[in-house]
Amino acid sequence: MKLALTLLSSFVILHSSLAADWLQFRGPNASAVSTETVAPGPKVAIDWSVDLPGRGLSSPIVVGDKVFITCSSGPDQASLHVFCFSAADGKKLWERVMKATGRTMAHNKTSVAAPTPCSDGERIFALYSSNDLFAFDLAGNLLWLRGLTYDYSNASNSLGMSSSPVVVGDTLVVQSENDSESIAVGIDVATGKNRWKKERPKAANWTSAVVFKGTVALQSSKGLTGMNPKTGEIEWDYTDGAATIPSSAVTENAIYVPSNGVTALAPEKGAASQLWRASGLKPGTGSPLVLGDSIYVLNGAGVLVKGSLNNGDEAWKLRLKGPFSGSPVAAGQFIYIVSERGDFQVVDITAKEGEVIHRVELKDTLLCTPAISNGAVYVRSDKKLWKLK
Amino acid sequence: MKIPALTGLLFTSSLPAASLTQPLADIRAVAKEGGGNEKATAAWQQLTQADPGTLPEVLAGMNGANPLAENWLRAAIGVIADQAMEAKKLPIEAVQTFLMDTKNSAAPRVVAFDIIQRAQPELAEKITPKLLEDPSSELRRHPVSKLTNAGNEALEQGKKDAALTAFQQAMKGARDEDQIKDLAKKLKDLGQPVDLPKHFGFLMDWKLIAPFTNVERKGFDTVFPPEEKIDLAAVYPGKNGDAKWTDFTSKDDYGQIDFNKPFTMLKEVTGYAYTEFESTEEREAQIRLGCKNGWKVWLNGELLFARDEYHRGAKLDQYKLPAKLKKGKNQILVKCCQDAQTESWTVEWQFQLRVCDDTGTAILAAK
Repeated sequence: MKLALTLLSSFVILHSSLAADWLQFRGPNASAVSTETVAPGPKVAIDWSVDLPGRGLSSPIVVGDKVFITCSSGPDQASLHVFCFSAADGKKLWERVMKATGRTMAHNKTSVAAPTPCSDGERIFALYSSNDLFAFDLAGNLLWLRGLTYDYSNASNSLGMSSSPVVVGDTLVVQSENDSESIAVGIDVATGKNRWKKERPKAANWTSAVVFKGTVALQSSKGLTGMNPKTGEIEWDYTDGAATIPSSAVTENAIYVPSNGVTALAPEKGAASQLWRASGLKPGTGSPLVLGDSIYVLNGAGVLVKGSLNNGDEAWKLRLKGPFSGSPVAAGQFIYIVSERGDFQVVDITAKEGEVIHRVELKDTLLCTPAISNGAVYVRSDKKLWKLK
Repeated sequence: MKIPALTGLLFTSSLPAASLTQPLADIRAVAKEGGGNEKATAAWQQLTQADPGTLPEVLAGMNGANPLAENWLRAAIGVIADQAMEAKKLPIEAVQTFLMDTKNSAAPRVVAFDIIQRAQPELAEKITPKLLEDPSSELRRHPVSKLTNAGNEALEQGKKDAALTAFQQAMKGARDEDQIKDLAKKLKDLGQPVDLPKHFGFLMDWKLIAPFTNVERKGFDTVFPPEEKIDLAAVYPGKNGDAKWTDFTSKDDYGQIDFNKPFTMLKEVTGYAYTEFESTEEREAQIRLGCKNGWKVWLNGELLFARDEYHRGAKLDQYKLPAKLKKGKNQILVKCCQDAQTESWTVEWQFQLRVCDDTGTAILAAK
């Protein structure tokens, strides 16, 4: 009995500490919504910042008391960096520098460090537009590496790629979707070897996968495909087209796909039934998020639109100070978003028409999606990483 | 799944050189699709416990390694160097000796220079001028940058001749486009224009034939007559009538071979470009291509690479294709496909191609 209680308390401690982690692009379950009880609140200010030696629009991720971030430097952005900083004070704990084995060409606005790394809580998986993939433990030990363009020589996009990987169980799912050799692979997190490799639609794609009821949902111009993460087998398929930049939002019961506006799906094995479609909800570059009984979409004009989760009907619109490349994230009643011009904005969604209640001028170009952990928000530019608290 | 405890960074124990043979071999054995990863993980742990004095040996382990193994070793060397610097045991002279020995591969020599730059920046500064003719284009960047800065300073002081000398020296060593572009402009402003096609080694004189069809992008995989036989006198049925070979000489500083010029701005078409390259010897080389259309390149009838991506961007040296030149005449055939897109940024139907060594130094044709 004593042993059982000890195990139970260990589990509770582990569970609550994990709740503060932000392990991937758009955090827990790629939902963009923090699940921790201590929200950053509205009046955040710069707690610390550190200089970065290279470019990047990947988001920071947070595991326990460590912040991880990638960047790329050098004339062709061929030097690939992974940093680990102390969340408490921004002290550098370790840095690893590797070289791209794949193509580093990218549009000037993006960079080689575009995909956000992800973690299973014990390992960091850092992916780059060059298709280089590195697995480290939290102390910086190299566990394995891959060069997916080294393996599959036409898997690249001359504009750059940005799909962020996701971990589901003990499989890392990586998309390398492009006009030529378009693939997705499921990789064993322990060895770095393929569990499966599947052809994907031959078309450029910058979206990231979401996880829904144990399936990994891969978005493309063709639609959204639910796959068994362990085998790559298709479990359901929505084929009515979807965006190739903003990714889907996911809740326990549905997926909200940037498709013909936003289309709400309730996929089950063999079918992806449609709940509703709202053609007026048009995500720009940023992905939608679901908070409470509403969906929030940031359109291409920098207007945040609140819609009903029941039918997509519009509730209010709030013009923010854009333009935006990153996606909004949320904790409690607040949405956090940073503009390309460095205007960090906090939106109170409980205000009647929504209201920007706080701003922080970061005076730099920011293209990233924020991360939330332990009551703080993290953002980055090509030059700096900030902690706002 | 929990990962096994890794102790590499926790211990300061160090391995003697003899024990590095196996871990280096295990890492050098890594292959595509994660091949050899398990052994490499353990080997990496062993290497990162190595005595700092073994740093040159680990650097030498990168010689001739494949790019994946290079990265494994690059990360290990980073850890060993960090530990050595912290313990003030960095074998800086041995690292410098490794750097200056050009028989070592370019990749570990770059790592060696980076270590010196971090540990003793003043020593790196002292070494820099010696790297102007280095086999590594990455190492050349440092002296080129230094000379360019010296030229800029001389210019600010009104010392035009000194500036010209510095820029010309820098240009001689420069292999990267950004530095070459900058220097070419400075030299042109000083009345000394640079022959950029010669500096890069662009092939400027071609025979072109078009248009064959590329409706629904099917032309990319269709074998049209020029792929079967080069007959410069032949006339073939094309997409819009007869297709025949025509001479084309590029006037572009960056060697663009523009199908739109002789054939007009067509869509859903395929063209071919053919040239001959006279090599003074049999040798390893690179054919470097920049192209935003679908393309294939053959050297002496052998397909080097093919890519069916359209209008995502092009740049100099976008694709580096290893090639083996034979002594005498070498036949180069390029297939260039245009798609159906009609946006203003999809007009280009062109490529640029140069022949060089793996440093990017132009290999010029014998005639």
